[in-house]
Amino acid sequence: MRLEYFQMLDGIEKLDRDQASLVAVAHVPSDSPVFEGHFPGHPIMPGVLMLETMAQAAGYLLMTLDGFNRMPFFAGVKTAGFRAFVHPGSTLKVNASRLHAGSGYAIVAASLDCHGTRVSDAQLTMRTMPFPSDALARHVRQEGKRLGLAEVEAE
Amino acid sequence: MASTFETVSGIISSSSDVPLEKITPQSHVKEDLGVDSLAFLDIAFEIDQTFGIKLPVEDWIARVNEGKDKDEDYFIVGNLCAQIDSLRVAAAE
Repeated sequence: MRLEYFQMLDGIEKLDRDQASLVAVAHVPSDSPVFEGHFPGHPIMPGVLMLETMAQAAGYLLMTLDGFNRMPFFAGVKTAGFRAFVHPGSTLKVNASRLHAGSGYAIVAASLDCHGTRVSDAQLTMRTMPFPSDALARHVRQEGKRLGLAEVEAE
Repeated sequence: MASTFETVSGIISSSSDVPLEKITPQSHVKEDLGVDSLAFLDIAFEIDQTFGIKLPVEDWIARVNEGKDKDEDYFIVGNLCAQIDSLRVAAAE
């Protein structure tokens, strides 16, 4: 993770096209200004960043399933739960599974596991639309390469 | 068995906090009921799940933007219900 760039994911470990699901990995940094404020003397990952981590996994899942032709935007969240603290230096498994592919939107169930324990889960609504700029399309495709999507697709 | 209108008005009411009694077949989802775009995504999801269809909302909006159809053709509740019934028939064939 590079929190200051909202770069939440570090790699894609598994992609299942038949099940429309994906597992990513995210390493929470040991040091970050975020933890200086959240909280002094008790550094933990903010829930909003856990949501962002799940939303990014949902986004890469949806982009992969449609060949990186459309951009998913985080539009809504239901039944989010933050079940345990996530400490600096933790490694998270990020699970995303598409529940429904609508017209211009998708519903994704997402969760975070830390050392085998569920620490967060949510149902996300993602609005999908053509890329609003070529620069953004290039960026997310490049990010997909960084995350190893091509390698897990080949497995 | 509930009619399409009864089911759809229930979905709209529960997804957007619009009182059920305010919803009529002549109501415009956005202009009369104040449903915003995110609430409409929730409504579309519930309709898709309930009726086993996929509302082609993007196609509808494109047709409206291209001047081929009127906004009212899809977003007046009674017309939305007629579209749902047509999609259900098509899905069953």
